[in-house]
Amino acid sequence: MNGTVKKNVPFFSFGTLIVMVVFAIGAYAALYRFQHGLGASTHLTDDVPWGLWIAFDVLAGVALAAGGFSITAAVYVFNMKKYKPIARPAILTAFIGYLLVVIGIVIDIGQPLRFWHPLVMWQHHSVMFEVVWCITLYSTVLGLEFAPAFLERLKLNFLLKVLKFFMFPLVIAGIVLSFLHQSSMGGFFLIMPAKVNPLWYSSNLPYLFYISAIAVGLAMVSFESVVSAWAFKREQEHDILTGLGKGIAITLVVYVVAKVGDLAYQGALSQAFSGTIASKMFLLELVGGFIMPLVLLALPAVRQSVSGVFFSAVLVIAGVMLNRFNTNFFAQLGNGVSYFPTGREIAITLGLIALGVLMFRMAVKFLPIFHEAEAEH
Amino acid sequence: MATVIQPKGALIDLTKCIGCRGCQIACKNWNSRGVQKTFMGGSFTNPVKLNSETYTLVEFVETGEKNDLNWDFIKVQCMHCKEPACASACPVGAFQKMPNGAVNYAQEKCIGCRYCMVACPFSIPKYEWDKKYPIVQKCTFCSDRMADGMIPACAKSCAPGAIYVDDHDKVVAEAERRIREHPGKYVNHIYGKEEAGGTAWMYLSSVPFDALGFRTNILKKPLPELTWNMLSTIPYKVGGLVLLLSAIAFIRNRGNGGGSDEKGKEG
Repeated sequence: MNGTVKKNVPFFSFGTLIVMVVFAIGAYAALYRFQHGLGASTHLTDDVPWGLWIAFDVLAGVALAAGGFSITAAVYVFNMKKYKPIARPAILTAFIGYLLVVIGIVIDIGQPLRFWHPLVMWQHHSVMFEVVWCITLYSTVLGLEFAPAFLERLKLNFLLKVLKFFMFPLVIAGIVLSFLHQSSMGGFFLIMPAKVNPLWYSSNLPYLFYISAIAVGLAMVSFESVVSAWAFKREQEHDILTGLGKGIAITLVVYVVAKVGDLAYQGALSQAFSGTIASKMFLLELVGGFIMPLVLLALPAVRQSVSGVFFSAVLVIAGVMLNRFNTNFFAQLGNGVSYFPTGREIAITLGLIALGVLMFRMAVKFLPIFHEAEAEH
Repeated sequence: MATVIQPKGALIDLTKCIGCRGCQIACKNWNSRGVQKTFMGGSFTNPVKLNSETYTLVEFVETGEKNDLNWDFIKVQCMHCKEPACASACPVGAFQKMPNGAVNYAQEKCIGCRYCMVACPFSIPKYEWDKKYPIVQKCTFCSDRMADGMIPACAKSCAPGAIYVDDHDKVVAEAERRIREHPGKYVNHIYGKEEAGGTAWMYLSSVPFDALGFRTNILKKPLPELTWNMLSTIPYKVGGLVLLLSAIAFIRNRGNGGGSDEKGKEG
């Protein structure tokens, strides 16, 4: 049922064209960056060495792609068969997400030609080293998890069988690798207790990053489910969306309790109301991006409406993105130091998003993504 | 047999600094650092901040008020931590604490992730932003000079003798002696003795360090511990997770009927 209608939707549409233009501008900006270096193309300085690309393309990007491991865990480990139809789109999203993260990292590092160094020159005391390895391995795992879509399309049934046999260990590997590097995104900041704002610094930062990644991963899957159903003129998956809404709500409860409890434990709770820019951003993030969607999704009426889940998911996505931005930037800004990305930095980030949208659209158009479930039923 | 190399330390006695910036020039000369166009940035500190061409810088800081104004001169450079955050942060091991006390940077390994710059509690590593293939730059403790038995260029050039370089233990003892023998002259704190688990470069001052712009919220223990606590437990986390997930999957997939289970769970 899902898959039949989409054949009528052409790959090119007005929207696709706009996305392609955004991608082209980003690609041009990336060429300029490789040609002229970081100083010429960014507003990065010695005071702010980690800018928009690290905050969005890497920290937020990795979190947004967390739907892959969350949904595979629900389907393959917790045996929630209801979510089987969205397992493949979720894996696809994660796969594309990690490809974008890798491209983003190569653009961001000062020596792009040496991107492979950490795989050869080991330094196992470094969080960055661990993250590079996890992202490399997990991208491979995601590629294998997604490979059945290609194999089905090419009718390579033997390989398909082999891969299906290894699906469970692959899923487990993906969940474990995700736990490691999702938490390490927060782990980066552990070594800078004097720099990270107390509203975000905590020795539990890795776990807070991990929990919020699950929430935003599920939010991203919901967001995409709604948008792609709309774009490909499919019926909305009400039942699944309601379930996802509930999953997001539960994760948000855990996060909010953990975060507020942790702040109280660190003795930094009062700083949330100190009136500084940081405290205002913190309240905006916690209330707007975590507590509000939590309250919304706690209401059955919201959970059962497509627009309700969609709106809540958008809030969570914005909230977690803001959280990564705040953690990163308040560690560097202040004392007369300011940063706003250049047009080129923004163009490259937007270009990456556009590339992701194009890859997703292409995959959905030409590969069995949304109609895998019917084949089995 | 070669003699055992003792880790070196350095003490900057801020009460002796006259702000001549001889160290800044000597450093540029020895390390072949280029010049830059400078500008008046509202203070005598020039250039305004450390950068990839300036390994050491004398900062001019005014403290006190009205009739009791103080002008203090603070020489900044890499502190050469005993357990450097940069070395722990670097994914390719480009930073290394050497037996002579210097934190060495191997530029040919560097991928340019700039984690060292954010991780450093003293914000010392600087980047060659205007280059196509930039590397990190920072003070070398004049390792090359020390290998030949010479003291760093900045210390050699210091006319008022504000920089004392010797074996690390002797430097700490000397700093303690100065505080002890000149009661009231110094604040009772050797900056760098314990900060970040101890640094090779240390400071004595007559003005409280926070008033001079020193970061005083730096932990008094090695910073690499903070991330290593997380990383060192990875094998256990992996083992535990694999067991837990397998157990859950086994229970949830029993009989592989599973279909009725989830109805109670969702909705």
